[in-house]
Parts: sequence; structure tokens; C-alpha cells
Amino acid sequence: MHRNIFFSLLLLLPFGFLRAQDVEIEYSADDTAHNSNDLHEDEDINAVIMHHVSDSHDWHVLDWSGKPVGISLPVILFTNEGLITFSSGRFHHDDAGKEVVEVKGQRFVKYHEKIYLANAQPNANGVYLDFDEDHHPTNAKPVDISITKNVASLFVTALLMLIIILPAASFYKKNGSQTAPKGMASFLEPLIVFVRDEIALVNIGHKHYGRFVPYLLSLFFFIWIANMLGLIPFVPGGANLSGNIAFTMVLAVLTLIIVNINGKKDYWAHIFWMPGVPIPVRILLAPIELVSVFAKPFALMIRLFANMTAGHIVILSLISLIFVLDSIWVSPAAIILTLFIFVIKVLVALLQAYIFALLTALFIGQAVEEHEHH
Amino acid sequence: MDLVTPGFGLIFWTTLTFLLLVFILKKFAWGPILSAVKEREESIDNALKSAEKAREDMKNLQADNEKILAEARAERDAMLKEGRELRNQTIQGAKDVAKAEADKIMASAQEQIELQKKAAMTELKNHVAALSIDMAEKILRRELSDAKRQEALINEMLEEIK
Repeated sequence: MHRNIFFSLLLLLPFGFLRAQDVEIEYSADDTAHNSNDLHEDEDINAVIMHHVSDSHDWHVLDWSGKPVGISLPVILFTNEGLITFSSGRFHHDDAGKEVVEVKGQRFVKYHEKIYLANAQPNANGVYLDFDEDHHPTNAKPVDISITKNVASLFVTALLMLIIILPAASFYKKNGSQTAPKGMASFLEPLIVFVRDEIALVNIGHKHYGRFVPYLLSLFFFIWIANMLGLIPFVPGGANLSGNIAFTMVLAVLTLIIVNINGKKDYWAHIFWMPGVPIPVRILLAPIELVSVFAKPFALMIRLFANMTAGHIVILSLISLIFVLDSIWVSPAAIILTLFIFVIKVLVALLQAYIFALLTALFIGQAVEEHEHH
Repeated sequence: MDLVTPGFGLIFWTTLTFLLLVFILKKFAWGPILSAVKEREESIDNALKSAEKAREDMKNLQADNEKILAEARAERDAMLKEGRELRNQTIQGAKDVAKAEADKIMASAQEQIELQKKAAMTELKNHVAALSIDMAEKILRRELSDAKRQEALINEMLEEIK
């Protein structure tokens, strides 16, 4: 049996000393069904891929001699007893609800990267949880604001942005505006000017664009760097931050809020009482337009999420070909294909950041636009 | 499905981090960078405009120069023409005056010559007359010294008178 997490493959395959047969199962999606050796490879690889594109409480790096190696991250929980923090290492890489962590008299287990309050006694499989018919735990869940892999990656993204952008800003402070930009400033300036002129100015218009430029710049670089970090297959990358629906939802909701608090009279008129059409049509259009208010940011959210997650899944699937076909000789083809997708993903990382910022600017432009006609 | 269920933890941290990031970057990065870029663009714009203006001025200046040059050339030509005319005129005048003078001189010289000729003629006449009288006197004296000859002469003269 030979399946493993993506990282160990990508790190070790080039060195050639890893025989696929040596790799042990690290992750199993279902504790009861997947303990025997005759389980289905497809399902397992599916689980590995899903595990990779999902969030997790510790930052897994690779497996070494069958033991997972990674970084433990802080778990932060809001319970009835107040704030509780402990290291995710205390679960000892258990994700099946078998390892109980007791803090301040409360007992927790981790099951499929969710933390539940544990039962007093384990069931027949050694799991401290109750399940319903669909095999979903019924135990209570504390509010989980742990520093998960994605949150850690989020912090790395933010830190990288500050490290890249603040020195560029200090260049201008030091040298004034009349010096040609050098170093990071010369890298950033064309991008900043591009966002300002080609994203903000073109879509929002001369009158209003200025006050949205800082937000659009932040958005563009935030998504771009998050996307790029997701492409690096080891710490501090490897998380699927920008392919996480929570991440894209926050950005989409911010777009929704910004667009609607800046909506001018014309914008609302076009939603609720479309000018220039007969009254029955206006009544018909109002609910449709109202739905479009939410549909636009919803599409933003889905687009970024789907693009980034799909890319990760494709890369992992191609690498997993080696294990599905059970031969090291597949690796050249798999690696070449992966490289190809990787290069596309580098482009997509930039493209998605551009599209998100562009569409946000477009929606803002529609909201602040003042029509002279009608 | 877990994949499309947003987790509260990440929503919380993303909102917090991103808003903080927007705030920090706006205050310390985008603001200064954008204003510096704008300032530079404006100064470049101004520089280009003033260069354009200088070029325009230069062009005007050049046109002016050309005009002045053309004027100067025209003036020079006019002056040369005038000079030539004046010279011709002067020469013509001088010629006329000289001719008139020469004519006058010639006329007076002719007159003078005529007068001199007349005087000379008169004098010559007088002289010849005197000489002939003289000669006649001498001849007469000689002829009259001899009676025969006197007689002969008187006869001859008488013959002539007749």
C-alpha cells in the first residue's frame, strides 16, 4: 500500500530514494472502513487530496518512516468555560476522534479537522464521539478560532505583504517623488500604477476612483500573494488559503459591503425602480436586480475558490497517478504534467487576483456611476 | 460538504487580518506611494509641457529670425539696387555734365581758333600788304631810277589802266 501526502512525494521523489511501496498510510478518511489493507486506492487518494485542499489544525510537512512530521499550531476555542488554548500537537496527529485532550476540565477530540467535546467513554472503535445515521458526529462543538494551517498561511501572507510593500513605501519617503524607483519600489510601481489606472480609473471613473485605490491595491496583492503561497509545496506555503471558501467569502462580502454603502441614487433606482421601462417590467425587474446584488459577490467568491481549489486538485491528482498506476516509471510523465499545470497556476494566481480586483472595481463603478440620460 | 462550508475561525482571522492590513498599508504604504507617484507624474507632465512650450517658443523665434533675415535681405537688395541706380545716375550725370563742358570747351576753342585764325589772317594780310607795299616801293624805287624803265613802266601801267 502506497499513498501519502503530496508534500513527501514532491520533496522526496526527485531524490529517487523513496520507493512508493515504502510509504505508509498517514491519513485515512474513515477510521472504521480504512484500517485494513484491502481498501480502495481511489478512495484513499481522494482522501489525501481532500485533506490537502482542506484546512487542518497542524501544518503537515512530510511523513518520515511512516511518522508525520509537521508544525503544531495553537488551538483556540471558545467554550462555556471561556477561552481555551493548547497546542494541536496534543492530538498526536489523531484526526479520528480517538485522542482526548483535557484542558481546564474540558475534554476535546479532533475528528475530520473539527474539534468536538469528547464523550466520557469511547465507543467500540475507540472513538469518543456519537454518530448519527450519516456518520456525522452529534457531539457539541466549541467555537473554533484556532490558528489553523490556513490562518498561519494568512499571517504569512500578511507578513509578506508588509515585508514587500513597506520598504517600497519607505523608498519614496526617503528619496522623495523625483527619484526613479529602485529595488522593490521599481517592482511594485508598475503594478501599483496598473491597478490604479487599468483597474480603478477605467472602471470607477475619474471622480470617485481615488478613494478606492488603496483597497483595490490591498485586495490585488493580498489575493496574489495568497495564491502564490499556495503554490509553494512546503512551509511557509502549501496551504490552500485562497482556495478556501471562508477566505473568498470574506473578500466577497467586503466587496458587497463596499459596493452597497457607496451606492448612489442611480444605483438603487436601477435596482428597485428601473428607469425607462414600463411599470409592470419594473416590478418584474426589482427582485431580479435584488438577486444580482448578491449574485455578483457570490460569483466572486465561487470563482476564486473554485479556481484555486481545482488547480490544487489537478496537481495532486497528477502526482497521485504514480500511486494509482502503482509504478515509479509513471513519475516522469506525472511530473512533466504537474509542471505544466504549475506554470498555468502561476499565471492563474495573478489572473485571479486581477479578476477579483477588476470585478470589485467594476461593481463599485456601477454603484457610484451617475447617469445623465433617462 | 466540508469544502464549501466556510469555517468560522478562518472567516474571523481573514476579516481581522485583511482589514488590519488594508488599514496599515493605506496609512503607511499606499498613501505615500500613490502621492509620490502622482507627484512625479505631475512633475513629468509639467516638464513635458514646458519642453513643448520651449519648442514652440524656439519655433516662433526661428520664424522671427527668418522673417528678420528675409527683411534684411530685402533691404540689402533694395539698398544695392538703389546704390546701383544712384551710381548709374551719377555716372550719367557726370557724363552729361562732362559732355556739356567738353562741348562748351570745344565750342569756345573753336571760336578761339576761329578768332585766332581771323586775327592771323588779318595780320598775315596786313603783313603781306606791308611786304608787297614794301616790295613795290623797292621795285618802284629801282625802276624809277632808270628813266627808260620809268617810261616803260609808266607805259605798261597806263596800258593796264586802259
